[in-house]
Amino acid sequence: MNAVALVLTVFVACAVEAVEALTIVLAAGLTREWRSTFQGLAVALAVLAVVVAVVGPALTLFPLGVLRLVVGALLAVFGLQWLRKAILRASGYQDLHDESGIYQRQVTAARAAAAGGRHGVHDWYAFTLSFKGVLLEGLEVVFIAITFGSNQGSIGLAALGAVAAVLVVAAVGVAARAPLARVPENTMKFAVGVMLTSFGVFWGAEGAGVSWPGHDAALLVLVPVIVLVAAGYTLLLRRARAAGPAVPGSPPRAAAGTSPVTSGEGS
Amino acid sequence: MSRWLRSFGIFWYDFIVGDDWRGAAVVAVALGGTALLVHAAGLNPWWLLPVCVIAALGWSLRRATAGKG
Repeated sequence: MNAVALVLTVFVACAVEAVEALTIVLAAGLTREWRSTFQGLAVALAVLAVVVAVVGPALTLFPLGVLRLVVGALLAVFGLQWLRKAILRASGYQDLHDESGIYQRQVTAARAAAAGGRHGVHDWYAFTLSFKGVLLEGLEVVFIAITFGSNQGSIGLAALGAVAAVLVVAAVGVAARAPLARVPENTMKFAVGVMLTSFGVFWGAEGAGVSWPGHDAALLVLVPVIVLVAAGYTLLLRRARAAGPAVPGSPPRAAAGTSPVTSGEGS
Repeated sequence: MSRWLRSFGIFWYDFIVGDDWRGAAVVAVALGGTALLVHAAGLNPWWLLPVCVIAALGWSLRRATAGKG
């Protein structure tokens, strides 16, 4: 895989997670107070930095074959989870990720929560909300960056993609001072699911001892095949849903949108 | 301590495996089968894992949407 593909994959994956973390940080900061929110953010980033500093170098100690087998399996399973969710959302079987709705729920909960500080933090609720949000979303960023980077021997490049995504999303969030509801999150999730699954399959099989026809060039076939299969599943599910069990007296439901992946996004 | 370990395990299970453990099981079995065919039979079954993953995705989607209109 070339450096551009590595950076782009990690960038898009991390941007998705950064958008979700931003929603939580904004809800805590705008509703409660910024100082405690930033403290929670800083502590979460410090924990994530420790995880990267410990796990990153530790992974390089494993033989490449074992690393590719284990990491490939994890990425394939993780990617299947992303792809499944993206297909279910695109076909209408699951609600699209609603950043505005999530923000409103967080704001309502933050307003209702009791005030009060602990351990030198002025607003404990804002601190923990920000800390948990950034840590949990950040762990996914770290997982993707470390697994992709370690397999390619380029943890630095993967980290560059991850940091760039976080900075871009943070900058846009600061400018907008609102959750990024118009980001085509399902399309991004679909793309990341395809990449995670494809690279997981590629590295996992290599780790198991397989020699791919064409070596790295096999990815140029594997990725489009996974895209086509995922788009095909989406179309099939959409048709099945449109033709679903008829309710007497009601017209048949139409499948929303035209693209197999993007319908209903960005609104 | 055991409660913390349990929570830790549940977190990572949800994080990696998610809603459907069958996908993870298919990947594990397919990787085991691939390694067996390579090292015990001397074959190069590069196609096995992609086919199993595509089938697992379809199976998982079918289960998730069964009975829903």
